[in-house]
Amino acid sequence: MNAAPQLIGSAGDSLREAFGRALRDLAGEFDTMVVLDADIAGGTGVHHFRAAEPERFFQFGIAEQNMMAAAGGMAAVGLIPVVTGFAVFCLRALEQARLSIAYARRNVKIVASHPGIDVGPDGGSAQCLEDLAAFRAIPNMTVLSPADPREVALATRAMLEFDGPVYMRTGRSPAPRVVSEAHEFIIGKACVLRPGGDVTIIACGVEVARALAAAEQLAGEGVDARVVNMATLKPIDEEMIAACARQTGAIVTAEDHSIHGGLGGAVAEALVRTAPCPMEMIAMCDFGQSGEPDELAQHFGLDAAGIARAVRRVVARKKQG
Amino acid sequence: MPDDLTTMARDIRRLAIAAIHAAGSGHPGGALSAADILAFLYGRELGLTAQNIADSRRNRFVLSKGHACPALYAAAGLCGLVPLAQTVRLRKLGSIMQGHPHVVDAPWTETSTGSLGQGFSVAIGMALGLRHQQAQARVYALLGDGELQEGEVWEAAMCAAHYGLSNLCAIVDYNKMQSDYLNANIMGLEPLGDKWAAFGWRVEEIDGHDFAAIADAFAAARGEPARPSVIIAHTIKGKGVSYMENVPAWHGSVALRDEETQQALADLGVPADEVAAWLAGEGTAGRAA
Repeated sequence: MNAAPQLIGSAGDSLREAFGRALRDLAGEFDTMVVLDADIAGGTGVHHFRAAEPERFFQFGIAEQNMMAAAGGMAAVGLIPVVTGFAVFCLRALEQARLSIAYARRNVKIVASHPGIDVGPDGGSAQCLEDLAAFRAIPNMTVLSPADPREVALATRAMLEFDGPVYMRTGRSPAPRVVSEAHEFIIGKACVLRPGGDVTIIACGVEVARALAAAEQLAGEGVDARVVNMATLKPIDEEMIAACARQTGAIVTAEDHSIHGGLGGAVAEALVRTAPCPMEMIAMCDFGQSGEPDELAQHFGLDAAGIARAVRRVVARKKQG
Repeated sequence: MPDDLTTMARDIRRLAIAAIHAAGSGHPGGALSAADILAFLYGRELGLTAQNIADSRRNRFVLSKGHACPALYAAAGLCGLVPLAQTVRLRKLGSIMQGHPHVVDAPWTETSTGSLGQGFSVAIGMALGLRHQQAQARVYALLGDGELQEGEVWEAAMCAAHYGLSNLCAIVDYNKMQSDYLNANIMGLEPLGDKWAAFGWRVEEIDGHDFAAIADAFAAARGEPARPSVIIAHTIKGKGVSYMENVPAWHGSVALRDEETQQALADLGVPADEVAAWLAGEGTAGRAA
């Protein structure tokens, strides 16, 4: 048995607000960065940037397809465009991201707020569950889903320093702190938030905090669960996944996303190439619906209890050999 | 009508036909209708050369109707941006001249196109970004008429007018036909000039095969101080090849058989003893670019 859970505080800033502030704070350092918005700046956090840098803030109106492709053009003339919107509306402009950004190899950053059932009361239409799968499938596209406000700020810097197209998820709801002050964010590198030898829970985004809570519950049952924060979905940290599989012999993934093609899919792809072992996935199997995020997480089994159930299942499978 | 532009447009058409013949597939109708506009852009308006093509202050041209790229590749070749012999490698494995323009393979295409509507938005991003950086360069985008059925085009049209992008000039190759049939039959566009005007653009309608009219329209667009300009160029689909003119079936993608190709080159004034050279991509050999 290892250390106590790493949850740092409970109430928190939202990932979108943390992103907006980070972007504002990095404006001076990245002077060719410009921000694109489709009339949703108050929701995505970039109102902070707009207030500080109005000349570098471009309003495109409710027209995401044009905004996404125009970002490719702005990058073509030497700017670093940061396209912002709700995740479902970034999905609407997926083909523009594919052709005019990724295929053309443009240095554009797409930052999507309001992913998953974490969106809450706005309901199923707004709860984007397909973005990680869709953007992950595009060649050249790096895909990030940081876990807490501090990590969002670090990831924002990392994506601006990185030369190439990036899709990053933030989040709507207040998020507890899960990474330490010493945390370093490196694209493509996962980190162990809680050591453990019986099973590894690999999570991203808002599910990381729930995974830590699940590990704490399981510790009381004598199950020693490792928790890994997989903030980069692509390129995925295959080395970390293989090491966890070899060392703990069982994997559970947890994500606020469709069960098809997101974190679970990415981890499974890596596992079959490296060190196959019993695996369970916590993710959405259907569209969401209205409700508070925590209620929805419980309803759809994405809460700590749901993750703990998956851990018990996978540990049983591991014991069966 | 300046002779060099007439020659250039004729050569663009010949090269495009030879390239599509060599490829075994491609879109001749819209390449031929746009040839005079492309000749004027690359022969006069853009001022692009092999020496300045990487200059950040250069003018940009985006072929938003990417399927017409055989004509773009020919125009770029005639300006010395790429070896002309490569045009007959159109659509071949490993060629920089893909079936639709790809900027990573061919940087002088400025952006990858082939999904209608997107190139226009990219051009708007370029115009906005250049103005943001106080660059004087102008941006041009050539759109197909069928392309105007994409909703993104009208998002983009609204955006360019909202930002008063006077450094942007769109040209519509209005040959009245698209893949399956007439625009009017598929999804009507009229009143087209009124639509653009209502969206806040400076609109000019011209004969897209008349160089004097093309020259005047581009000059007027350059002089416009506050709005983006659109030149609605009335053209003939398949222009210059007798059996293709105004026949929607030659939109493409089609294969050109040997006898069809020979007839097309004859219609475009290629002497019988030069046909083999044009088919080999060497029709302009010995001539200065």
